[in-house]
Amino acid sequence: MQRTSWKRFWKANNGYLYLSIWLIGFFAFKCYPFLSSLYYSLTNYNLFKSGTQFIGLGNYESILNTPKYVKAFVVTFQYAFMTVPLKLLFALFIAYILNFKLKFINMFRTIYYIPSILGGSISIAVLWQFLFQNEGLINMVIRLFGGSPINWLGSSKYALFVICLLRVWQFGSAMVIFLAALKGVPEDLYEAAAIDGAGRFTQFMKVTVPMITPVVFFNLITQLCQAFQEFNGPFVITNGGPQGSTTLISILIYQNAFKTYKMGLASAMAWMLFLIVAVLTAVSFISQKYWVYYGDEER
Amino acid sequence: MIYPMIWMIGASFRDNNAEIFSSIGFIPKNPTVQGYLDGWNATNYSYGHYMINTYKFVIPKVLGTVVSATITAYAFTRFRFKGRGFWYGLMLATLFLPQVVLNVPQFLLFTKMGWVDSYLPLVVPSFFACDTYFVFMMVQFMRSVPKELEEAAEIDGCNSLQRLILIMVPMVQPAVVSSALFQFMWSSNDFMGPLIYINSTRKFPAALGLRLFMDTETGFQWNKVLALSIITILPSLIVFFLAQDQFVEGISAGGVKG
Repeated sequence: MQRTSWKRFWKANNGYLYLSIWLIGFFAFKCYPFLSSLYYSLTNYNLFKSGTQFIGLGNYESILNTPKYVKAFVVTFQYAFMTVPLKLLFALFIAYILNFKLKFINMFRTIYYIPSILGGSISIAVLWQFLFQNEGLINMVIRLFGGSPINWLGSSKYALFVICLLRVWQFGSAMVIFLAALKGVPEDLYEAAAIDGAGRFTQFMKVTVPMITPVVFFNLITQLCQAFQEFNGPFVITNGGPQGSTTLISILIYQNAFKTYKMGLASAMAWMLFLIVAVLTAVSFISQKYWVYYGDEER
Repeated sequence: MIYPMIWMIGASFRDNNAEIFSSIGFIPKNPTVQGYLDGWNATNYSYGHYMINTYKFVIPKVLGTVVSATITAYAFTRFRFKGRGFWYGLMLATLFLPQVVLNVPQFLLFTKMGWVDSYLPLVVPSFFACDTYFVFMMVQFMRSVPKELEEAAEIDGCNSLQRLILIMVPMVQPAVVSSALFQFMWSSNDFMGPLIYINSTRKFPAALGLRLFMDTETGFQWNKVLALSIITILPSLIVFFLAQDQFVEGISAGGVKG
């Protein structure tokens, strides 16, 4: 009797044997750090100073009262709201063109994809710094067309834009996802629309876009999460300057945590960033039902 | 689109800054490998040293990711245990958890364990399926494998581990390959991880070596900088061209089926 109940228990739960690896990882490297950073954010913990105290929301208050920090949040928003829409539009546009069964489509797909796959590399950030030098390729082209060169990285007006472009240029992975979705749109929907007299543009707006909204949604969420955490570009290319115009939150967190070891303050910043991303993600999920079309639901 | 990269390659074979910034054509007039030679030995260690360091943590990381993600995905797709839905939901939630929030406590944790300035903080988490994206991707693939195959094997007396190794892994081999390739790319290009955890120059991977070179370089000779940048991404580029179809397939599967 004892044995069969043990057997039944084992049969019902032996999946945990395989899950245990992930469970350990989850608790040690995700759950514990996540909660403890919330705790640290409520203290004035500094790695090289003793006498850590619980200060409640003190860190959060001082962030909101320090213009330099508030500016970083504003800049992060500017960055994300410039980069994400531009990137998605580009990705969709190029995917749409590539979907016209052109010759060499695979070659084009590869070429557009390369920047994304290497994008995180510091080498690409170096390349960007190189292109936007005063005498760099971009200004050469501007001169060629008779314009006057622009001090891209030295002016607080343009530097953030250059950082944005670096990510927009890496639209390849979003494009590949769009491309796969476009292939899945049934041909007869276009034919029906054409019979009803819809032109290319109307077809795109009324057939293509509604059919691929789940993928637009997926891309939107992943790109938003990424954009709010951007670090390499501004860190390597401008190091946050000029005049803090490219100091994103992630850079401030890095400086506070790993340069001055103000772990409490850095944790509070990280948590504010996390809450912003969480709210935006939640809003996107809730808004889903108004604009995302899943094929299996009734309309 | 891709012209900046081509121009970069051209510029790395040019002689000096004046010549680099002289024309928008990419073919150098007098090609020279001087930039590569000078750059290679510019810091205390040769650039090859940094390149080898990179793969000292990338290769274990790739192995760990593939093994642990496969096992975890197997648990989620093939077992019906209590709390499965709950854990799966939690796992998906961690997909959206920004790494930024975890950096500080992870750093403190690894400091306590004495792992800072070694490759352990970069490698160990991937042995515990912490790169959730790959678990998710693997789950998507495993769901499409028919259960009948395993049921047949079970009747023939295979236990669950044998079924995983003999039936499941061969069936999802494309996903295994994709995961390995993506993790290879991402971790060899990782910059922030090494920046936080690796302090001594001797252990620098290429990403930090390149930055060190840029910081110490006086007069900023672009041909050297670009030469080293190209060397840094060359392995990734080669892997990408050898396996581009797997990349496209992998990313489409993760996005569309999800």
